[in-house]
Amino acid sequence: MAVRVQEQDFDLAAEITGFGAGAGAVVTFTGIVRNNASGNLCEMVIEHYPAMTKTALEGIEAEARTRWALSDCLIVHRYGRLKPDQQIMMVATASAHRRDAFEAAEFLMDYLKSRAPFWKKEITAQGDSWVDSKTADEDALKRWQ
Amino acid sequence: MIDVLYFAWVRERIGLPREQIETKAATVADLISELSGREDRYALAFSDLKAICVAVDQTLVSLDAPIGNAREVAFFPPMTGG
Repeated sequence: MAVRVQEQDFDLAAEITGFGAGAGAVVTFTGIVRNNASGNLCEMVIEHYPAMTKTALEGIEAEARTRWALSDCLIVHRYGRLKPDQQIMMVATASAHRRDAFEAAEFLMDYLKSRAPFWKKEITAQGDSWVDSKTADEDALKRWQ
Repeated sequence: MIDVLYFAWVRERIGLPREQIETKAATVADLISELSGREDRYALAFSDLKAICVAVDQTLVSLDAPIGNAREVAFFPPMTGG
């Protein structure tokens, strides 16, 4: 079980080597910087609240562990300046069976999108703009309540 | 004295990332009223309270939450992680 918040990139293959050893199912999700609708994204700047971020992610992870039988769980989230197609974050879950691993991974994603203190800002040649939260992201949480 | 922190566009509108203030505000909402009365930049940052989230001592709370003996209150827009 681990939560990491870091500026540097991560290696997905290295992260899951030995992850959940003995589990029957491992699910991973990787978030990638997507270009904007205009296709002119230069950089995505990710700001966070250092004193709170890790605690918030650990709380989300702990909640997932009460709901599903997980033998291992990993959250890595980056901050700083990222370019299109670079990795932003990943989650990995390990369980005896795939359903627990899939559902827990979705739960982690849904909660860290709108309950972990990160904010994205798009930098383009035409100007900067903060990414708005989506109603759909908030609605996604209702599924778990 | 409490530390008040601002993030993302709340930080940009107010023009600083953190400050220490002396306040007798009982709740987060009281603190917002007090700050908004200071200067236009605060009033602008807090003009739409539906777009403001708050954490007291690094825990998300609602705007009517008490401040009590908290050391740190943080204001920010809805989070966009992932």
